[in-house]
Amino acid sequence: MGRMTFVVHRILMLVPVAIGVTIIVFFMIHLIPGDPARTILGIHATPRAVAILHRQWGLNQPLVSQYWLFMDRLVHGNLGQSLFYGAPAASLILTRVPATLWLVGYAAVLAIVISVPLAMIAASRKDGIRDHLVRAIPLLGLGMPSFWLGILLIYALAINTHLFPVSGYGTGFGGHLHAMFLPALTVAIALAPVVIRSLRASMLNVLGAEYITTARAKGVPARRLFARHVLRNAVIPAVTVLGINIGFLIGGTVVIENVFAIPGIGQLMINSILQRDFPVVQGVTLVFGVLVVLVNLLADLSYAALDPRVRFDR
Amino acid sequence: MTGPTAAAAAGPILAVRDLRVQISGRRGTVRAVDGVSLDVVRGEALGLVGESGSGKSMTLRAILGVLPPDARVTSGQILLDGADLVPLSQSALNRIRGPKIAMIFQEPMSALNPVMRVGHQIAEGPRVHLGYSRSKAAERALDLMRRVGIPDPERRFRAYPHEFSGGMRQRVMIAMALSCDPEIILCDEPTTALDVTIQDQILRLLARLCRESDVSLIFVTHDLPVVAQICQRVAVMYGGQIIEHGDTRDILLDPRHPYTLGLVRSAPDVEQVRESLVPIPGSPPSLVSPPPGCRFHPRCSFAEEDCRVMPTPLRLLPGGRSTACLHYERCAEALAAEQVTP
Repeated sequence: MGRMTFVVHRILMLVPVAIGVTIIVFFMIHLIPGDPARTILGIHATPRAVAILHRQWGLNQPLVSQYWLFMDRLVHGNLGQSLFYGAPAASLILTRVPATLWLVGYAAVLAIVISVPLAMIAASRKDGIRDHLVRAIPLLGLGMPSFWLGILLIYALAINTHLFPVSGYGTGFGGHLHAMFLPALTVAIALAPVVIRSLRASMLNVLGAEYITTARAKGVPARRLFARHVLRNAVIPAVTVLGINIGFLIGGTVVIENVFAIPGIGQLMINSILQRDFPVVQGVTLVFGVLVVLVNLLADLSYAALDPRVRFDR
Repeated sequence: MTGPTAAAAAGPILAVRDLRVQISGRRGTVRAVDGVSLDVVRGEALGLVGESGSGKSMTLRAILGVLPPDARVTSGQILLDGADLVPLSQSALNRIRGPKIAMIFQEPMSALNPVMRVGHQIAEGPRVHLGYSRSKAAERALDLMRRVGIPDPERRFRAYPHEFSGGMRQRVMIAMALSCDPEIILCDEPTTALDVTIQDQILRLLARLCRESDVSLIFVTHDLPVVAQICQRVAVMYGGQIIEHGDTRDILLDPRHPYTLGLVRSAPDVEQVRESLVPIPGSPPSLVSPPPGCRFHPRCSFAEEDCRVMPTPLRLLPGGRSTACLHYERCAEALAAEQVTP
């Protein structure tokens, strides 16, 4: 099996996962005891409103046909009408997806920028004082709740020094880069400890490998040795760890977007939950699910691209 | 232990003087290399034989400055063209490794970078040391691949190590070692991991390349027939020390140290078929607290009282060979007795 076939194969494997996500999203409302229409509309809903919703969503039909109806609308890009905004849920979500993607991508890049040099410092002398410091201090970032860390960063770098805006998304590429720095940093600080540890471990592993001795025996200077031989081999296992953790982190953006008032789907999610805007909640959950799956796909594909030994004959 | 052979005339390319390497471990300090001296002349192949743990690989790594993190050279000199390598920093050594000294390792699979194209690994030396451009270095790599007998080099250039067979990988290692025209190549059991037929091909290749380009070799192995095939001189190591040294023929056919005698007897020999192989009794000495006197005395059937207490430095014998054994004439007697009763 060639590389292209592997990619196609791996993408096709997403289909069952995506269907699984839709089933979970569909059943969410039915997991809450009682009449879904009443759950959505609240206890003060008029019988008339309940009846309309019943008919609109086919709530009086069997679950299977309800799911069929849901899927039929979904493939036509219809996530239903937002109960609060009165607009189609799909377009509401789509306009907010870029902000979230920006946050996730920016955070991932920052996490890598933080992790690679720190892991390098730690691995350069195992069990040395710097190694212990690099392993211990970032754990604070892992332990601190991200909303608290976000508030601290706002206090230190936005309110006190005016280096960055307190909140918002900014306009244009440079604007986004500036405005999203603090939220992305908040997420990156939570992500970095895991990446640092994984990178440090794989660097130590690689540094002990015979081919590093070969490279030293060739007289390869330290900087080139690190870039060409150590890093390239050490990132391979770390890519998977990063992928899994970005998956977790996508859920985490819900909190960060609210702390920093970023108009992304995480913020939309919280607002819609508070408004009992069920179609939007459903849609956002679906988008989150798809994003996690796509990030894992990306991690798998980069793994295959980085390691020529990966065999595609599974 | 300067061999008064050709070394005196031409001057050695590499001279190791009283080298000591210690490894600090949990159970104490291991004296892995304990006072080794040797000379290598231009174009000559010196064999370094001994059991596992006798310090032969450590000696090579010390020469190249690629010791494991917990090992260090505690004293001695490593003179390359008269200049001592021991006090040099890693970055100073980097200018010597490649264009002056190169090394070939035992396991070509683990010794090649798994995610770097083979051609680029060969071209890296010329890029770094000879200041070659990318395309010139690639040309050099292709040329080397041809010289070491890798078929279809243009296609193989872009392959990864896992796409090569063991013998082909070792050819890649050899091409890498030759890439900057070194004066001396250190070979750390380069044929041990290979099939016997491939082993022979690789040995012939190494011998031919050395003849062609006048490169010297230090060839570490525990395989005596291999030594016989490729080395003009041989030094036998035991317990971190050289215990016998001389011309390969003399040492292998007429050893003057009971340990060498044991090695010769325990090796299956094609030319002189013996009735049965005789293993050396006991196990190698502890290098944390080596036995006093001769390090081999606990395993030696010729050992006398003086072997347990007397220091045993190498002594020069007639014919330019040397031995550390106090009673080396016993070996000759034992061999003579053996040939009478086949």
